[in-house]
Amino acid sequence: MDKVRSAYEAVSEIKDSMTIGIGGWGPRRKPMALIRELLRSPVKDLTVVAYGGADVGLLCAAGKVKRVIFAFVSLDFIPLEPYFRKARQSGAIDVSEIDEGMMLLGLRAAAWGVPYIPTKIGLGTDVVRLNPQIKMVDSPYDDKEWLAMPALKLDVALIHASRADQRGLCQIDSPDLYMDDWFARAAETTIVSCDELVDTEHFHQGDNARSVFWERNVTQIVVPIAGGAHPSSCDPLYGFDMAHFKEYAASASVDGIEAYLDKYVTSKDEQAYQSLVGGIDGIRALPLPVY
Amino acid sequence: MTQQDYSLAELMTVAAAEAFRGNGEVLATGIGLLPRLAASLAMKTFTPELMMTDSQSWMLSEPNNVSGRAVSDRQAQESWMGFSRIFDNVWSGKRHAMVGPTQIDAYGQTNISALGSDYQNPKVQMLGVRGFPGNSICHANSFFVPNHSRRVFVAEECDVVCSIGYNPERLPRGYSFDEIDIRRVITDLCVMDWGGPNHQLRVLSLHPGVSLEEVQENTSFELAVIDDLATTAAPTPEQMAIMAALDPANSRAKQLKDNPVGDRRPLEESRNV
Repeated sequence: MDKVRSAYEAVSEIKDSMTIGIGGWGPRRKPMALIRELLRSPVKDLTVVAYGGADVGLLCAAGKVKRVIFAFVSLDFIPLEPYFRKARQSGAIDVSEIDEGMMLLGLRAAAWGVPYIPTKIGLGTDVVRLNPQIKMVDSPYDDKEWLAMPALKLDVALIHASRADQRGLCQIDSPDLYMDDWFARAAETTIVSCDELVDTEHFHQGDNARSVFWERNVTQIVVPIAGGAHPSSCDPLYGFDMAHFKEYAASASVDGIEAYLDKYVTSKDEQAYQSLVGGIDGIRALPLPVY
Repeated sequence: MTQQDYSLAELMTVAAAEAFRGNGEVLATGIGLLPRLAASLAMKTFTPELMMTDSQSWMLSEPNNVSGRAVSDRQAQESWMGFSRIFDNVWSGKRHAMVGPTQIDAYGQTNISALGSDYQNPKVQMLGVRGFPGNSICHANSFFVPNHSRRVFVAEECDVVCSIGYNPERLPRGYSFDEIDIRRVITDLCVMDWGGPNHQLRVLSLHPGVSLEEVQENTSFELAVIDDLATTAAPTPEQMAIMAALDPANSRAKQLKDNPVGDRRPLEESRNV
């Protein structure tokens, strides 16, 4: 049972018009190497579900996206994601804007095989007005109306973990796993890139198994890519690359996405990319943010 | 104290801390440096029962400093509190968040999502609704406004209504306004709440040197005024010391443009107090 594939092979699972979910949060632990591979692919018309950062910005800018399901898209220290902003302000993409918690409920509904989860979140706000596909339901137990958050079924989930073995056991060392477990469970195919590929023996040591948040049968493909979250962080291995994000953000108002993609993505493999951003040693030396 | 003694940022922080007084064991979340400093100040002084996170993934028994921390600094972690668990807390209602909306309307509805009348093609894309819809219908919220102006306090409904307020047109079936809990609004001019007739925004106190006319002039809708309109209380020496200790790099001085003084009365008048 060997689930290890190259980034190219893994991303080949993604077809036009699929719905993909991306783990991580803003500038933190995003599967960016897989995103770069997706940028190099011919895939288009994706629906993207994410707690978004540069993953969403890049895919929008590169014309891969038909629709974004989001609660925010932000780089944290650069609050407004420059390319998502451009895509929105030029009307280039469709969106479904929902509350952060609604997204969690939608992923859980998909993971649990139920059509929706009732909630009061969103009631009284424009989330209801702007998402006519989201319906209200009556409760058999009270006289209130409830928002029926529909299942967010994913064709593919892309996640970056600290470590994995070839059987699909994934470990997240970071203090927060975000909603990665729910993205993984909501997806038909879960692709996990990891900073380190380890033997299964690793999970038998100490309490390593305690930081495995979903079972191996939830993961279909493992892609070992040291530094694969760059320029986002993979706490505690490395922080996010503020200088790189600044250059990325600046490119939106100067040369545009083509120049950024030419420099970092197009016709470049991950090794070539990493050599442009300080190599794996430089990435692993990026300081963690302090809040 | 004289007007040199405290900054407007410190005055606003102390006024914002008051929003958390008597809240008990709720998660106090201040978004932005001054609201976070305010919640921390409240926890360190009059409401020690408050709960707080490190703004990442741990609950703390003692608030972290809001500036000057290093990665290696220890913190008083008392439990894990990743994002998914934050929602368990939000949905339980045991939280009071202080947030800084870009727009606030007369109903207490707010906007951090996008500006402009065409949602499909907004004039300015901002953050997105984030957790505002859930926060507003699940737990207490206060607003922190560093630039009290007609652009923030808008005449019509917000361009994108991100949080539920006291708009009868939008009240969901079976719900009552008793389930909506919008607390204080702390601005650079005054302190307000939603305690006017029919939840009208109401001025509680004016910052020293600010007139009621100035407040109304900078608000696009009509304000109520509490009967015993007060002057916002100046920070005490103890509060000044705690703020300095929680913010050793003095980041609070960089939050408001030109770091204005807190007491903006003419010099003679303030000296005679």
